[in-house]
Amino acid sequence: MSRRTALGQVLGHGSAKEGAAHWWAQRLTSVALVPLGVWLIVSLLALPALDHATVTAWMHGGTSALLLVLLTVTAAWHSQLGVQVVIEDYVHDRGWKTLALSLSTFVHVLIAAAAVLAVLRVALRGAL
Amino acid sequence: MPERPLSPHLTIYRMSRYTLLSSFANRLAGLAASAGLLVLAYWLTAAARGPDAYARARDLLGSPIARVLYALVLVAFLYHAVAGIRHLIWDTGRGLERAQSQRSAWAIAVVTVILASVLGWAFFLRGGI
Repeated sequence: MSRRTALGQVLGHGSAKEGAAHWWAQRLTSVALVPLGVWLIVSLLALPALDHATVTAWMHGGTSALLLVLLTVTAAWHSQLGVQVVIEDYVHDRGWKTLALSLSTFVHVLIAAAAVLAVLRVALRGAL
Repeated sequence: MPERPLSPHLTIYRMSRYTLLSSFANRLAGLAASAGLLVLAYWLTAAARGPDAYARARDLLGSPIARVLYALVLVAFLYHAVAGIRHLIWDTGRGLERAQSQRSAWAIAVVTVILASVLGWAFFLRGGI
């Protein structure tokens, strides 16, 4: 038996069958970002310098390329989920809210794609 | 549609309740960390494009104003990470009593200051960006 009111059903409010998906994705990405974040800070500190040759040699390494891809994609996903909640909470006008949510999603996908492409360009240099 | 109060009700709480402040700061810190992600993506892209693009990025990212911003983003990232771990502990149902969450609000602030000091010192010794 549905516990939703007749008015609620007509207006289409209420469950969108997503349930805890947003919440769970935010937790899962945050758990993954703890070791990935520690790895990034430690490996940046371990680099002898941050000149172009040193940084690209680091990005060229298989392990660091893999972890950089995982880190940037996970961070962009986590950031998108977080910014979404902030927009939903503070932007009350429906039109602006839709615009802001759409823009935020586009920007986050763009950041993730650009970062992955950058890592792959360096990691696969010489292999193609 | 009736004008219902919409969350979060920032104006009806007493801001002196630092559990609220710690939660609000976590949001702000998360947004700052998002800006950090943008910088990371830009830095990686510049490295992939070649030495010239990387040199330009380094000039831009190495300016004094940028360094101050990094320091703030680093502190925000650390706070967000530590506060996030507090949230993960809460998710297991632990530490939710008022006294406990007030203690942990202080604890995450102290841990953030310690981590930021250690890392700030390490990056300073390394010679910065």
